[in-house]
Amino acid sequence: MGELKLMKGNEVIAEAAIRCGCDGYFGYPITPQSEIMEYLALREPWKETGMVFLQAESEVAAINMIYGGASCGKRVMTTSSSPGMSLMMEGLSYIAGAELPCVIVNIVRGGPGLGTIQPSQADYNQATKGGGHGDYQSIVLAPATVQEMYDFVELSFDLAFKYRIPAIILSDGVIGQMMEKVTLGEFKPRWTAEQIEQMSGSWATTGMKGRKMNVTTSLRLQSEDLEKHNNNLQAKYRTIEKEEVRFDEYMTDDAEYILVAYGSSARICHKTVELAREKGLKVGLLRPITVWPYPTKRLQELAQKAKGMMAVEMSAGQMFIDLKLAVNGKTPVEYYGRMGGMVPSPSEVLGALEKQLIGGANNE
Amino acid sequence: MSNINDIIKPENLVYKKADALSDNIMHYCPGCSHGTVHKLIAETLDELGIQDKTIGVSPVGCGVFAYNYINCDWQQAAHGRAPALATGTKRLMPDHYVFTYQGDGDLASIGTSEIMHAVNRGENITVIFINNGIYGMTGGQMAPTTLVGMETSSSPYGRDISIHGYPIKITEILAQLPGAAYVTRQSVHNATAVRKAKKAVKKAFEVQGKAIGTSIVEIVSTCSSGWKMTPTGANEWMTENMFPNYPLGDIVDKSKPKQEDLEQFPLK
Amino acid sequence: MTEEIIIAGFGGQGVLSMGKILAYSGVMQNQEVSWMPAYGPEMRGGTANVTVILSDEKVSSPILHEYDTAIVLNQQSMNKFEKAVKPGGILLFDPNGITTPPTRTDINIYKIEGTAEAANMGNPKTFNMIILGAYLKLKPIIKMENVEKGLQNSLPERHHKLIPLNLKAIDMGMEKVEKFSLQ
Repeated sequence: MGELKLMKGNEVIAEAAIRCGCDGYFGYPITPQSEIMEYLALREPWKETGMVFLQAESEVAAINMIYGGASCGKRVMTTSSSPGMSLMMEGLSYIAGAELPCVIVNIVRGGPGLGTIQPSQADYNQATKGGGHGDYQSIVLAPATVQEMYDFVELSFDLAFKYRIPAIILSDGVIGQMMEKVTLGEFKPRWTAEQIEQMSGSWATTGMKGRKMNVTTSLRLQSEDLEKHNNNLQAKYRTIEKEEVRFDEYMTDDAEYILVAYGSSARICHKTVELAREKGLKVGLLRPITVWPYPTKRLQELAQKAKGMMAVEMSAGQMFIDLKLAVNGKTPVEYYGRMGGMVPSPSEVLGALEKQLIGGANNE
Repeated sequence: MSNINDIIKPENLVYKKADALSDNIMHYCPGCSHGTVHKLIAETLDELGIQDKTIGVSPVGCGVFAYNYINCDWQQAAHGRAPALATGTKRLMPDHYVFTYQGDGDLASIGTSEIMHAVNRGENITVIFINNGIYGMTGGQMAPTTLVGMETSSSPYGRDISIHGYPIKITEILAQLPGAAYVTRQSVHNATAVRKAKKAVKKAFEVQGKAIGTSIVEIVSTCSSGWKMTPTGANEWMTENMFPNYPLGDIVDKSKPKQEDLEQFPLK
Repeated sequence: MTEEIIIAGFGGQGVLSMGKILAYSGVMQNQEVSWMPAYGPEMRGGTANVTVILSDEKVSSPILHEYDTAIVLNQQSMNKFEKAVKPGGILLFDPNGITTPPTRTDINIYKIEGTAEAANMGNPKTFNMIILGAYLKLKPIIKMENVEKGLQNSLPERHHKLIPLNLKAIDMGMEKVEKFSLQ
């Protein structure tokens, strides 16, 4: 049994990194996620586990420090919020191109531009569709509880190394700023140089002792080479789409109408389902845990019997498009969302569901 | 006349290609300084015996393929970001040698933030900075270090200070930062200069071994293609025009740190 | 049992820490809890509020638009949250600084002279614990032993010597809270 604590989502990210054997954190302050960095600075993990902590001069530098650290086969992490993530897209594209593992946390806030520091999910497309230049993907996990903020740090590292791919924890100001109960796991030791050599010696830049040189690069100037590399990347992404889809369902067994929402929107929709059931409406919830890979197959199954589905998100229907592609016309699909840092209330979502789908279906 | 096989004997060996230098044919133009500087780095890795614990970070620019020529582990950085990669690497691998290899567009334009803060933190890395006053790889555009009046493909009527400002003396700026332990400017345009530059490169890696701050070697270089000159003409032009703007010699040397240096920048 | 509470007032009144102590006390009683602050540029003197949910079951939405209890500590919060109390719910407020008292008749309204009592105790920082005491009198959903454990867990070690004073303030709040009668 681990330790039971009441902690903020942001703090939990930092504690999880220390406990799961993260080697280094590089970041730049930005609201609403600065607690992650502040927690680490106060906690001084370098004294306890040897984990490196450095406040970089910019998000651009932070992601490139991650690039350097990840190149060495180390478990490295950075965290930011939306405007900072935009700055990190260059580095992320290089990291994806060089096939390096790392963990990036985005505590999303309202945009575009400087926008607001209030919670939002408007970075969905950026996270799930690559974000920077070129054809690439990151694995994207969307925690809905503080406990998941904890659990997904280690899971992200595991997936990142399993596939040599960046893993993004896509959260927002609600989950980052709220406190909930969390069970902290045991401390796991950081990997030794020998372990790293054994696991990642074929590619990591750890010094060419006893082997040929390794180069981490995204450069492939010959188009034939680069296309081959892209084909390999795409094949890897197809494997991940097959193997790593994660989702959660609530009262979908007999549901006629299904809400689809991730992260904090899913928490709100959970309550909407409760309210709907009190009114005798058969409403259920599918919560994508991985927003990439998206739970397309399960949504297709649910679409066969559902009278309708509704994407609920704090963005202008970014996930709605993925839902529509998954359902592919099998059942009516609607969208309800708020933007700019506004968080919908459970009853507001229920109202939208009744108006846009249930009412509409009854009218037919 | 003695037989050639009588001459090829270990005891007659006067020069040998560095082990750390690969056999790949370099893609650099005739007269380019990159090849010579690569050689100096490779010799340094050999002489210090650090080839298997050195990690290089290559830039965007003609030096992007440095990893094809120097045999050690390499990371290939985005334009200007090499010092950030080197920071992450060195912090996580403090017992390894980490160096960046950057051109003037990379280090003195798009990457000013990264180099400035890396040196300011006194990262224990070595920076090899090739300054030829032009963007060679992209076709000879104006660089931040392009001399006043110098014609380039993006300043075809010459660098005009009223439009483009002055050539930036980035090395002098970096030298003012307390994290800089060894800062020097060299060239490789003749045998004497090459010997001096070699000493500087080697010293820069030795300084890194002492973990007393950042070591920076600027090499004022030619780009005969970009400058549209012959290799010898480029050397002459560099001597006459570049050196007065970018004078050669040591700028900072804390390789034998004095007490006040240590107080300002204590050993880690 | 699910209790959904909003605590709202000025930054510096201890709104967030009071919510944290309440939430931690719930944890000590094996309850499911959430603590969701309205975060942002509100600093000392600005408005601050926190939603605390205590429940026997998993907490679904941490953000709500109506509450079982609203604890209101300034006029701005009164304007915003009086109307957000569920019919039959509780509104607890400190009359200090309230220029427009509450008027709803479908909810139970109580007042606690927290500011004045804290001054009487000679330590204005006991204010939020007096309010907490008043709340716990009205909604005795957490045992005092768990409140004490909640205090131990949410206060840094160096402030543990203040726990007896905090408990005294909670008692004071329990004693002084009274029904507010509409004019």
